[in-house]
Amino acid sequence: MRLTVNGTEHEVEVEPEMPLLWVLRDELNITGPKYGCGIAQCGACTVHVDGVAVRSCQLAIGDLAGGEVTTIEGLGQPESLHAVQQAWVEHQVAQCGYCQSGQIMQAASLLDFNPAPTDADIDAAMSGNLCRCGTYPRIRAAVKAAAQKLQGA
Amino acid sequence: MSRVGKIARRTFLIGSAAIAGGVAFGVYAARQPFDNPNLDDLPEGAASFNPWVIVDSEKVTLIAPHADKGQGIFSAQAALIAEELDIELDQVEVSFGMPDKAYYNRALTEAMAGFPLHDTSPTAERVRGFVGGVVKLAMPMMTTGGSTGVPDSYDKLRQAGATARETLKLAASRQSGVPVAELRTEAGAVILPDGTALPYTALAGLAATLPPVTDVPLRDPKEWRLVGKPMNRLDMVAKSTGTLTYGIDHRAEGMLHAAIKVNPRQGGALKGYDASAAQAMPGVKKIVEITGGVAVVADNTWRAFQAAEAIAFDWGEAPYPAEQAEHWAHLSGIFDDDHLNAEARVEGDVEAAEGEEVRGEYRSPYLAHAPLEPLNATVLVTDDRVDIWAGHQIQMFAEQVVSEITGVDQENVHLHNMFIGGSFGHRLEFDFIRQAAEIANQMRGTPVQLTYSREEDFAHDFPRHITMGRGVAKVKGGRVTALDVQIAGQSVMRSQMGRMGLSLPGPDTQLHEGAWDAPYFNLPNLRVRSYRTEALAPVSSWRAVGAGPNVFIYETLLDEAIHAAGADPLEERIRLMGHDVSVKVLEAVGELASWNGPSAGPGRGRGVAYGFSFGVPVATIVEVAATDAGIRIEKAWVVADVGKVIDPVNLENLAQGGTVFGLGHAINCEITYADGMAEQTNYHAHEGMRMYQCPEIRFKALENGAKIRGFGEPPVPPSAPALGNAIFAATGQRIREMPFNKFIDFL
Repeated sequence: MRLTVNGTEHEVEVEPEMPLLWVLRDELNITGPKYGCGIAQCGACTVHVDGVAVRSCQLAIGDLAGGEVTTIEGLGQPESLHAVQQAWVEHQVAQCGYCQSGQIMQAASLLDFNPAPTDADIDAAMSGNLCRCGTYPRIRAAVKAAAQKLQGA
Repeated sequence: MSRVGKIARRTFLIGSAAIAGGVAFGVYAARQPFDNPNLDDLPEGAASFNPWVIVDSEKVTLIAPHADKGQGIFSAQAALIAEELDIELDQVEVSFGMPDKAYYNRALTEAMAGFPLHDTSPTAERVRGFVGGVVKLAMPMMTTGGSTGVPDSYDKLRQAGATARETLKLAASRQSGVPVAELRTEAGAVILPDGTALPYTALAGLAATLPPVTDVPLRDPKEWRLVGKPMNRLDMVAKSTGTLTYGIDHRAEGMLHAAIKVNPRQGGALKGYDASAAQAMPGVKKIVEITGGVAVVADNTWRAFQAAEAIAFDWGEAPYPAEQAEHWAHLSGIFDDDHLNAEARVEGDVEAAEGEEVRGEYRSPYLAHAPLEPLNATVLVTDDRVDIWAGHQIQMFAEQVVSEITGVDQENVHLHNMFIGGSFGHRLEFDFIRQAAEIANQMRGTPVQLTYSREEDFAHDFPRHITMGRGVAKVKGGRVTALDVQIAGQSVMRSQMGRMGLSLPGPDTQLHEGAWDAPYFNLPNLRVRSYRTEALAPVSSWRAVGAGPNVFIYETLLDEAIHAAGADPLEERIRLMGHDVSVKVLEAVGELASWNGPSAGPGRGRGVAYGFSFGVPVATIVEVAATDAGIRIEKAWVVADVGKVIDPVNLENLAQGGTVFGLGHAINCEITYADGMAEQTNYHAHEGMRMYQCPEIRFKALENGAKIRGFGEPPVPPSAPALGNAIFAATGQRIREMPFNKFIDFL
């Protein structure tokens, strides 16, 4: 089975039911997307497929249908941060950080579709991403800052 | 092992038991530092002046041994060393190092001395020093817990930086011929009077031959460059780019993935199983028995999960009551002398005190830790060495557990501590380490990564202990005149330590923590009694431990009494509070919130609560609106006194996060047992707070306390009663049991 992740094409030999998350983590060693719940309750596994945020624990690899996958590693790297990642660093958002890959991918997707979200838009888009450490006040601030930065760019 | 060691090891010195027993030890021995573990295999030309600093010709390495589960101690430790070492954080490598008793946690013993932490009298300090010495000799525990990372590190790591700096200056003096007094240090180099910079790395070889300088005076905080200033946490970029390697992300050549199914009735037996279907599933390499269950080893975590689900099991009964109602019924029946844990505090005479009575019964449920990174550990066993890649808070005990399973000497068992994706106390437990070692020991030579499914994580989360409180308050003349608080609970410390093979003599202080030591010194009549059972589900330390339920009970009862007295909830607390540092905290939270009483307009209410835990007074005000769709939590204001702030940004993050944590669980979380099994299997049933429910949270830190304190846990306890008190102010409905959503809807 072939798939494209962060612009690179890969060939994997797995059953079509295997969720994308586990293809990424255990077959391709792309560990930015995290396993948290396995039932789309936490959002830690969020990646983009053709630019749209999806829960990779719920997408069987057989249903990917040629969609191009972007993970947190493909959004930006430490030396070339995406505006959302930059805002996360500036607001010192993370505590344990385990949910933040998913939070950032969700936020980046939100801003792609809605460049100037209201507070209510942010809450609605981000409430599927669970943060056990409770960094929500900082996530809100970082999303707003990233929106401004992207609009100014 | 010495006699004191054996005694302490068997009984674990807590409270006054050891002192009453008259254990004697040498002051000299207690003051001796442990050997520096870095010297064991230090390469030629490298220098290590103490357990926390290594310099070689290429780089400066700082050892930050406390486990980081999100609280930021990794960066705080590095900053404390770098402050005195005169090096910038982008010039160093920081490592958790390898577990060693040189990194034992001295601050943790403070709470064992039997005095409330606001008591800094000479007697209390002397006993703390004594207990610290005994524990160091008997059982030097390398532990991260009890909000002690910062207080344990504060002096010790600055001293480590200072002694390393002075030794490097001595080396520079020898090399240049310039007297030490004419040298200064900056940005990782010794600077000669003519401006020549000698990098520490260039001085390593010579410094390694010198005896380290000791007893260097620490700098005045006014001179600090890093500490006390807003920091950029060292893990922040990695955590924002998916490039941080948590334990679950560890990868090794030839590594296999394991999943387990263990009797969901905690501690129950494995009576039988049929794994024939699982055996034939894709990717399955081996199926092995472990204590109380079975593990599937496969080439992919998901395949291991799938195969584990395909095993049919015959499980034994739970060694505790099978149904939740029986747990509550049991607790309600232990408020008697036979179950008395401690009469922890008696002031005046609560029974003789006059006044109108206010009575309440309060309940705090079992709660799962459920950190977002599921429990996991990777273990490689060979015949003469074991490596473990996992995040753990009691690292050397984890090594000991694995040594016992594998038969490999503990000195050849190496725990590589990893960044932890949340703990809230769960990474103090050993089951996941034990299970990973049992699996890997049956597959010697192959690294095996055990990952709990979320369902397995919930089923085997030794939850926060269940607690019931009963209180009687008296009010007269517009004032609260008496509080009589009784708390009954499953003993968390006996349960947790029992799993480590340790016994706890005397009372479990966590059953009255946060109530007995609440410094309302102007309350003339006060009694706090706790009652203990061990007959219920196995439980563990959950962020803030006893103070969580106890502050909820105490501060809700107090709020009811203040309401009955017709007094202002904040002003009456300030009047009752005889502890100056706490008075300032309460006054400051009132200012921050522009407090003007509990009413905040039609359908709106404000509640205040105070909590004292881990030496930190915290006051929280919550404002709610009662809407047609339910209670909306709009704002929270939090003030705390930590003695000294290391990083104001991270402190604010912890205050906000701890408040969210306390509020979220109070709203909608509980673990209940049916047929001996936890009914909640994943986050849909034990959700905590989500962003749309999160209030705006403002925080202010004060620095009036006599000692520096840690802040991982203290923000949690007052948030739940502040919310309950706000709901009462808004609706007139008094909720005495968590989770609150059993009684009122939330937005």
